[in-house]
Amino acid sequence: MMKSLLPHSGLRRSSVVTGGRSSAGAGADGAAADVSGAGPRAPASSTFWFLLHALCCLISLFLGFRFSRLLFFMLFSTTALYHSATTSSSAAVLRATTTTTTTTTTTTTTTNTFTLSFNAANPPPSSLSNRTALETAAAIKAGTSGNPQSHVVVGRHGIRIRPWPHPDPVEVMRAHRIMERVQEEQRRWYGVKEPRQVLVVTPTYSRAFQALHLTGLLHTLRNVPYPLTWIVVEAGGTTNATAAMLSRSGLTFVHIPFPDRMPTDWADRHATENRMRLHALRVIRERKMDGVVVFADDSNVHTMELFDEVQKVQWMGAVSVGILAHTGAAEQPRLSEEDKQNMPLPVQGPACNSSGHLAGWHTFNSLPFAGKAATVVGEAAPVLPRGLEWAGFVLNSRMLWKDAEGKPDWAKDLDAVGENGEEIENPLTLLNDPSSVEPLGNCGKKVLLWWLRVEARADSKFPKGWVIDPPLENVIPAKRTPWPETTTELPSELLDAKQDQEDRRLSRTNKSSRPRSTTKRKGDVQEHAN
Amino acid sequence: MGATGGWRPTAVLLALGALSCLLSSPVAFAAETAEVAGQAAHGNTERISGSAGDVLEDNPIGRLKVFVYDLPSKYNKRIVTKDPRCLNHMFAAEIFMHRFLLSSAVRTLNPEEADWFYAPVYTTCDLTPAGLPLPFKSPRMMRSAIQYISNRWPFWNKSDGADHFFVVPHDFGACFHYQEEKAIERGILPMLRRATLVQTFGQKNHVCLKEGSIIIPPYAPPQKMQAHLIPPDTPRSIFVYFRGLFYDNGNDPEGGYYARGARASLWENFKNNPLFDISTEHPATYYEDMQRAVFCLCPLGWAPWSPRLVEAVVFGCIPVIIADDIVLPFADAIPWEEIGVFVDEEEVPKLDTILTSIPIEDILRKQRLLANPSMKKAMLFPQPAQPRDAFHQILNGLARKLPHSKSVYLQPGEKHLNWTAGPKGDLKPW
Repeated sequence: MMKSLLPHSGLRRSSVVTGGRSSAGAGADGAAADVSGAGPRAPASSTFWFLLHALCCLISLFLGFRFSRLLFFMLFSTTALYHSATTSSSAAVLRATTTTTTTTTTTTTTTNTFTLSFNAANPPPSSLSNRTALETAAAIKAGTSGNPQSHVVVGRHGIRIRPWPHPDPVEVMRAHRIMERVQEEQRRWYGVKEPRQVLVVTPTYSRAFQALHLTGLLHTLRNVPYPLTWIVVEAGGTTNATAAMLSRSGLTFVHIPFPDRMPTDWADRHATENRMRLHALRVIRERKMDGVVVFADDSNVHTMELFDEVQKVQWMGAVSVGILAHTGAAEQPRLSEEDKQNMPLPVQGPACNSSGHLAGWHTFNSLPFAGKAATVVGEAAPVLPRGLEWAGFVLNSRMLWKDAEGKPDWAKDLDAVGENGEEIENPLTLLNDPSSVEPLGNCGKKVLLWWLRVEARADSKFPKGWVIDPPLENVIPAKRTPWPETTTELPSELLDAKQDQEDRRLSRTNKSSRPRSTTKRKGDVQEHAN
Repeated sequence: MGATGGWRPTAVLLALGALSCLLSSPVAFAAETAEVAGQAAHGNTERISGSAGDVLEDNPIGRLKVFVYDLPSKYNKRIVTKDPRCLNHMFAAEIFMHRFLLSSAVRTLNPEEADWFYAPVYTTCDLTPAGLPLPFKSPRMMRSAIQYISNRWPFWNKSDGADHFFVVPHDFGACFHYQEEKAIERGILPMLRRATLVQTFGQKNHVCLKEGSIIIPPYAPPQKMQAHLIPPDTPRSIFVYFRGLFYDNGNDPEGGYYARGARASLWENFKNNPLFDISTEHPATYYEDMQRAVFCLCPLGWAPWSPRLVEAVVFGCIPVIIADDIVLPFADAIPWEEIGVFVDEEEVPKLDTILTSIPIEDILRKQRLLANPSMKKAMLFPQPAQPRDAFHQILNGLARKLPHSKSVYLQPGEKHLNWTAGPKGDLKPW
């Protein structure tokens, strides 16, 4: 619906040439002459104005813009005119116009507003696509909201665009500080009231994938918003590589050596890890460390919500762990149809009854993988968890202390556990009564971390500390350098080594269908042959 | 003024005495409120008190009596049954106010003892196929209803409608038009010149805002909003949020009319600014996104009011109101200046500077005020009605206007309304 604007002036033009715009010219007429009849207006002058106006309309028909209004504005403007600061910029493309209002005097009944801005090129009226760039003279008459004191004008307004509509970096930083502060307040009101320290227990040992796993865990722990102590138990004694990583992490850590080496068998490795964790718990007990104990294996992945959730634990809690057992195998284990039907969710965690109390445990169903699981570390087969993984449990460290007030009866004393060398399968053996474990994470509905075991073969080589020193033996120059071939002769044995490399590479690429690369390589060989 | 020195000392003494009296009671009162405020601000909310005092939590039951005229169903029920979409759009307050009053404790069946009279006319229920209300028949409908009640009951003529109230939630209230120029031209329906209008439109010094009107929030469906609540500790990571049109190509192809150019200015200045999450797309997570934002823009559209204000208040997002001279709902009960941020339309290009230079303490205080449950309740029209909701705030507003002054009732021979005023088309019977 196009709004038709008729001025309040006495002159009403029903014929509109340019969509009602010219009636504004009539408004201009009204501006020039008092409408309420106080001014002198002989009929001759009115016909003169009419003819002049018609002439201007015809001109604007040809010239294609609202010439008449411009003319009348220039000739008869009696009202104050405001320019916004941005219009003064001669930078052509972005312009803004402002509307102006004038208050009425008591005699006249019209209000007149004119807005003009002149662009050097005087472009035609804006089309839809050029809307942003060209807001041409928009001096539509307007009525105010009817009330003389109002400054809010009805009608067409310019679109104000500042000369540099881009963010200011100082303001962006201020905005981020505001958001940080707001989030801090949110945490204060809705988050945990008294955050407790988090004690993270991680068994680890030096191997190819250690840097990968520890780096991920390290970054996760750095983002935990609570005070944290990282208790790292290393099998085979402390190594410089691990120590270097820990010290670079910026976290508070305790690096504990464990005398036994980590075995290469998954079953044995599992048992050793359990013993390492117990060792860490004993250290916590000796040092009387206070907080919530979280078992974070170095290859697991944790969500940040986990750390928020574990703050709620009273004595011992359980969370749901996603078990990611399909790792490494190029061929998926062949599952029968019924196996596929019965495949439960790969989750280990507490199961609640309808009143929200612990009713049992979800565990990972290993049956479909029976016989196809990996036994040796680094084997290309799914690695399965055993029973209940430690990662799904959290403890209040006071439960481990010798004497702590409020310690429940159903918690065994730590010294009594593992004394006789029996294997500690899962933390439930620390309790006399496993039913008093608190389910966390919306009664286990939310999976807060994932259990994963990815390892290379035990004898895989990797650079110590992932620093390449001494330099690698085979050095092959890049063939795509823009610089011309150097004429320096390469030692013959190196040349032979290179030939071998090329041949091996050629044979590999011939297997896969990549004609582009093979031609490249062929060219290389030819060049070398020269 | 010429004065001798004689009376001056006594005048000074009197003034001092009066001043001390005045000071002591506000000081005591202020101390008490400060104490209460201090206690309330201890948590995450703060008490709200507007220019009329601490009235947001008043209970109107027992403070006024409302008589509901029994109009034939062609004015109300039949219209809704013909088009039940009226129950869901933002003008549905008129229907729900009627239903609320029918079963409310303030209702009286004896008109003699009533303080206020209510005529349920659903003027905003004549919808186009797209769902937009057409106001063209509304003046005639209203006029016909008033003629009906003035013929059947004597109460209209007793006061020429000054103790009657009507709910007119359309774009420009009782001006009954969606285009602002036309609405201004028509002005408020002459029949309603003396009545109290309960409307969503509010702009200072505007023809369509009568003195003494009660501004209400537009209807927003409470259950839908409750269904999309997210945990309050979800961090607010969006700085400024807005979803809606910037240009109205259908009705305003030239540009510059819609929203007085303010929305277009917003887009042009801030479309590249990463702090401003503004776009025309309507995502499925609209309500959730508002709860993750610090500021929510509430610029004017064709009319200055919008349901965005209600949504921002319910979701705890500080409303940034860009509408010159707007009057916000329940302005005497809610101190909007302290809760929202007001930006002049001509300052829109500097909006990022304005918002980032608000002191952080003010922002936190605004969030505390928004977290006050009374604030959220006052903006909603729940079904069934609950204490302190928008229905009760309307009744509070009506109760604050009591007792009626003497001028409400006409003297014998006095007559205010001109029954034949207005455009010719309005006089046709409906």
